[in-house]
Amino acid sequence: MMQPKPDNALAIERIARREAASLGALSLPALLIIAFVVLVPGIWLIGYSFWGRGGLTLDNFAQLFDASYARSMIVTLQLAGLVTLLCALLGYPLSYVLLLAGPRMRAFLFCFVLFPLWTSVLVRTYAWQIILQRRGIVNGFLIWLGVIETPLPLANGFGAAVTGMVHVMLPFLIMPLFASMKAIDPALTRAAASLGASPTRAFWSVFAPMSVPGLLSGMIIVFVLALGFYVTPALLGGGRVITWAMRIEQSLMTSSDWGTTAALGVALVVVAGLILALMGRVGGLHRALGAEK
Amino acid sequence: MNVARHLRRLWLYVIAALVALFLVAPIALIVPMSFSASEFLTFPPPGWSLRWYQAYLGSVEWQRATWVSLRIALCTMVLATIIGALTSYGLHRGRLRLNGAIFGIILLPAVVPAVLIAVGAFVLFARVGLNNTFTGLILAHTALALPFVVLLIGSAMRQYDWDLDRAARSLGASPLRAFIDVVFPQMKFSFLSGALVAFLTSFDEVVISIFISSGDRATLTKKMFTALRNDIDPVIAAIATLLIGFSVVVMVLSIVAARGRDARASG
Repeated sequence: MMQPKPDNALAIERIARREAASLGALSLPALLIIAFVVLVPGIWLIGYSFWGRGGLTLDNFAQLFDASYARSMIVTLQLAGLVTLLCALLGYPLSYVLLLAGPRMRAFLFCFVLFPLWTSVLVRTYAWQIILQRRGIVNGFLIWLGVIETPLPLANGFGAAVTGMVHVMLPFLIMPLFASMKAIDPALTRAAASLGASPTRAFWSVFAPMSVPGLLSGMIIVFVLALGFYVTPALLGGGRVITWAMRIEQSLMTSSDWGTTAALGVALVVVAGLILALMGRVGGLHRALGAEK
Repeated sequence: MNVARHLRRLWLYVIAALVALFLVAPIALIVPMSFSASEFLTFPPPGWSLRWYQAYLGSVEWQRATWVSLRIALCTMVLATIIGALTSYGLHRGRLRLNGAIFGIILLPAVVPAVLIAVGAFVLFARVGLNNTFTGLILAHTALALPFVVLLIGSAMRQYDWDLDRAARSLGASPLRAFIDVVFPQMKFSFLSGALVAFLTSFDEVVISIFISSGDRATLTKKMFTALRNDIDPVIAAIATLLIGFSVVVMVLSIVAARGRDARASG
């Protein structure tokens, strides 16, 4: 049944195919740079992590099962977990008000969320060093209140690291959360109200459950970012908070131990991946439960 | 009724306002601090002076670090914008089966923790002699900026009416001519936002710079990080204020660019 194609059609097809190939080649420079900076070193590090004096070995990983590394991992997980939780608690009300606000108010409030993103992480961390230091504004306020008499060493430690990291990570939670809240059909809440639900009840039984997936994806982003975060805990932890990322830096720059460094890096990716998979399963479970109702 | 509803939500508004304040106030607080006359960063400052700005402008080391950062950021901006635009164009027009995989690789630098990219780059660059070179820093920063540029320009390409391109091509324009004369003028605002984001990505980048730059080629962020690690140096308040001013300018520019884009899209 098929008629032979005229020469013209064949020629056009050939040109189209050649064009598609050359268009694909346009991505090459970007791919080469990313391969050179991220992909090849990544694969090389994985190789290094299994390499020791006597060839292939698991020694690099075996030495990570040590009390001091375990402590670092626990601190890192605690830090990331607490930061994620606080971001969710602080970010949800602001996202909800962004949703309720009129267009002008929303644009105004959005500046507060976006401005930190445009500011260097270093500047934001420095801000907290100033605020939390001995002569800082927080200590001054507490002394003025009479709560304390001598300034507290607030600027160095777990609390300072958490505060600084929440400040840095909060926009990353608000953006996906707000986007998902905006996608919720407002008619649903209105329908609940017209069926006699009080505003509180309409919020908790209609709006809140529908916003959970957006909240979860924001929390996952924050958690994963926080796991590998270096600058803020290094500056605000005051040497008392040694996170996994800081161990990586130390083992490379101080000990020049490439094998251990590589194993530390691989371990970070594996832990992050495991937690993501776990969260995905919990998230999937949640959705399955929601679908059953 | 409306008033009652707003009143009932008052506590919600208060919490949201406090969170918004939490996001911006700490950064804003640096600005008055930088004009303090005191060596100790007490708030409010006991007196006002420009001594920390003088200290910054008078320091050869800080000046050198600033120029290093500016040069690297400018090169990164040009490289990432051009390469990112090529990639977006190829991905959008090409519709290859591999597109998904290519896009996934392009996003990698934005997903992998910076500390791991830094370690990997350090180890590889050590082998090929790129550590502590401008080329190494520019390559690494370009890789970091590419995902954002490709996302920004890519979304503009999705919104663009490609019949205009086809019209130009049917009138005899080569793909390049059509792009330069027809497509680019319609998208220049997206290119501008992509370029600005690429510039700031490089200028503000800390972790990779800590690992692969030092000495004469230390970036501003590397020098700031080292200084902050040792002590709270008030000179940094002046530098931070300049950086904040810089961020404000870039943010306003990008908002203007977004407005221009929207005006074009609707007009």
